[in-house]
Order: sequence, then structure tokens, then C-alpha cells
Amino acid sequence: MVKGKASIKFNNVYLRTTATVSGPREKKGPLGDTFDYSYMDAYCECENWEQAEMKLQSKAMGIALEKAGITSDEIDVIVGGDLNNQIAITNYNIRKFDIPFLGIYSACATSVEAMIIAALLIDKSGFDNVLTVTSSHNSTSERQFRYPTEYGGQKPNSMTSTATGAGVSIISKSAAPIKITGATIGKVIDPSLFDSQDMGRTMAPAAANVLKQHLEDFGRDVDDYDLILTGDLSKYGSIVFREILKEFNIIVKNNYKDAGNLLYDTEKQEVFAGGSGIGCISLVAFSSVIEKMKSGLYSRVLLIATGALLNPIMVAQNESIPAVAHAIVLERSK
Amino acid sequence: MEKQIYNKVLENNKIKRPILKNAIKAFIVGGLICLIGELILYLFKDVIELKEDDSKTLMYIVVVGVSAILTGIGVFDKIGQFSGAGTVIPITGFSNSMTSSALESKSEGIILGIMTNMFKLAGAVIVAGVVSAFIFSTIIYFFRG
Repeated sequence: MVKGKASIKFNNVYLRTTATVSGPREKKGPLGDTFDYSYMDAYCECENWEQAEMKLQSKAMGIALEKAGITSDEIDVIVGGDLNNQIAITNYNIRKFDIPFLGIYSACATSVEAMIIAALLIDKSGFDNVLTVTSSHNSTSERQFRYPTEYGGQKPNSMTSTATGAGVSIISKSAAPIKITGATIGKVIDPSLFDSQDMGRTMAPAAANVLKQHLEDFGRDVDDYDLILTGDLSKYGSIVFREILKEFNIIVKNNYKDAGNLLYDTEKQEVFAGGSGIGCISLVAFSSVIEKMKSGLYSRVLLIATGALLNPIMVAQNESIPAVAHAIVLERSK
Repeated sequence: MEKQIYNKVLENNKIKRPILKNAIKAFIVGGLICLIGELILYLFKDVIELKEDDSKTLMYIVVVGVSAILTGIGVFDKIGQFSGAGTVIPITGFSNSMTSSALESKSEGIILGIMTNMFKLAGAVIVAGVVSAFIFSTIIYFFRG
């Protein structure tokens, strides 16, 4: 059901299960113990980075199916994407499954976009189980968007570090402890910034905009959420996010956190301003946040995945970097 | 309207870059690399007593070779993060840009991967070098006669 200008209210859509698989650096971070599986080698026992990212995805899918206690035959549709050109990793990973597939891209906001589409498919079309799969790998995305992995150029302090990890969710009709109750679709917002090594600040306006829209559409206040989690604004972006919201008279308090600030120990690990990438919000939300919801610590959570729609060719042609953010509401079912 | 708010907040929250600190680190490390180069040159020219041209060529080979090995074992990018322009500007940076591009493209094969992509970053340096050499040699030719 449409709610307000850009939001949807879902009925009887449940988050049946989630699974996370991380790389070695994420494992060494403060949330390392919460992931379902971690590879201790960035190559994930594969020959190249692309195969490694595919392995992250297929491992996470396997774990999710096992946790849900179902086989892949019971999945009606898969929705997914990644950061590579032509979302190659997801396309190539999915080819071994005999399941209809929707490939999507909104940079690091892909994870939540996939969940919104999956929730809509369950709510409106009568499918039973829809699986979302998204991933990012530090080395595939560095190559895609910036420099070779071993290039020795100095990275600025505003640089965020793309997380190596995959997140899978199975969204279904059958009742589960966590319910998906609503979503807000974000707009593409271009704050006229040009620096591909300053993504956090670039995405902050889009995140603030979607939160404002969400609160308006649902007639809620920020205090109605136990946790508002943005995807990968990291150190500098989350400051800008708070400041923009202040201008809108929205004051976020301690219930606001950014996954980019949680995934790594920014003091000890060399990640500069923090984590980023599709994997960043999935690793945080699908593991520790879901656990805290199940244990009753959080009863209503808003996930805002933020994506910088960076294209190196457009930036070279003096175009700025637009950004988008999408929000989804998770609640403990009564 | 909203765009003005975004721009205002972004303008008020600019990130300070540690330019002076980076410049000092670059100066020290860059200077050290040049000192090492001079020492190697001294070793070839005065200790082993090779010809000056041969000594220079050998010195370049050593510095480029060591940089390439450091890139291959994953150490160079860590030094580069500390020293910035100090390692990018000398010939060490040239070596690193070629080696890192080659390593990155290894999975795409020898011809379309390594050979095609090796000069992806270093190509700009070569073009700039050739063009500026042409300009300055033309100037020298006309002024010196």
C-alpha cells in the first residue's frame, strides 16, 4: 500500500533468515564474531578477485538456505546485485541456479533496494520465498572505481574502505520473528561533489532526504526507532548527515549509527574514514542488528542504505557524483 | 531550496587535509630515496669502477627492480600511504604504477591483460616526458644554435 509520497506499507512480509560472509579484515573488526562465515584470505581460496566475490555470494546463499531449512527449489525469485560492471558477479553466480532472477544496481544502496523489491514481490504477487543477494569486494571495487590494489598513491583521510562481504536475506510470507513493515524509495540527489575518495559526504544529503521523506510519509519521529542505521557514510558523512537533519529540524540522538563506523576498528585498522560498499551495511545489519532484534534489544529498526552512483568516465568528463539512498523498516513481530 | 541546505552544510563541514605533515613526510622519504640512489651510483662508479653511463643505468635498474618487488609483496602501497609524493614522484612511483597495473590485470591474460594495461597509469608520464623533451630540446636547439 502506498504511504505518503514515496513510501510503501507492507502487510505480512517477514524476514525469514539472513546470512553474512565476510573477508579477513572484517573478521578482525569489532563485529567479527557475528558473521556466519569468514574467509581468512581475501582471495577466498580462488584465483582472482572476481571469483572470490562470487564465492562470498554463493557461500552466503548456501548458509541462508541451510538456516531457513529449505532447498533452492523453494525460492521463487532471486533479487540481487553488486558493484561490478554489468553486475557481473551476481549474474555469473546466479547462472547455476534454476531460479528466476532480477538484477539491480544502485551502488551501495543495492542491498536495501533488493529487500524492497523482494518485499513487494511477496506482498503483491503471492510468491512464497524471495531471496536477495548482494556483495562487494574491496579489490574488485578498487579496480573498478579507482586504482590497482597495489598502487602506492596516498589515500586521503576522507577515503572509505570498501568492505569485503556478502549478505543474503530470505523474505517470505510465512511468519518469522522479524517483520518488514515499510520502505521509502529515495531520490537521486547530486550535491555537486567530484571527489571519488570522499564518498561519505557525497551520500549524506541523499540519506538525510530519504529519512525526512520517510518520517513525513509514516507520520513518525526519529524516536519511534530504536536504531536508525545508515549504510556507509562513515566518519565524515555521518557528521554531515546529522547536520543536514538539524537544518530540517530533525535531531537524531544515540539511536543513530552508521555501519561504516561500526564494521572496523577505525583506530587500529587502516580503513581511513571507515567502511563502505554494499557489504558494509549487510554485514552489520544482517548479523549484529538482527541478533539484537531477536534478543529484544531493538524492536523497530530503520535501515538506510546509501549509494554513491560513481562512474569513473562521467567523473573524468567533469560530471559530479550523484547519490541515492533507500530505507526499509524492520520490526519485531508481535 | 534543499540543495542550498546541502551545499551550506557541506561547505561548513569541509575536511581538513594534513598538507604540511604530508609535505614534510614526502620531503624526507623522497630525499632518502635519492640518497639511496646516489649511494648505489657511488658503489657502481667508484667502488666497482664501472663507466658513468653504465653505473647510472644499473642504478635505475636496481631502484626500479626493488620497487617492483616491494609492490609485488604488498609492501610498497603501505610505504606510499606514509610518504605520498615522496615515493610517487621518483622513479619508484613509475615502477610501482606499472607493476601494480600488471598485477591487477594478470587474471585477464598476458596480451589483453598485462600487456594492454601495464601502462594504464604510467602512460601519462611517458607522454608528458616525450612531449616536454620535444619542447625543451626545440628551445635549446634554437637558442644554442
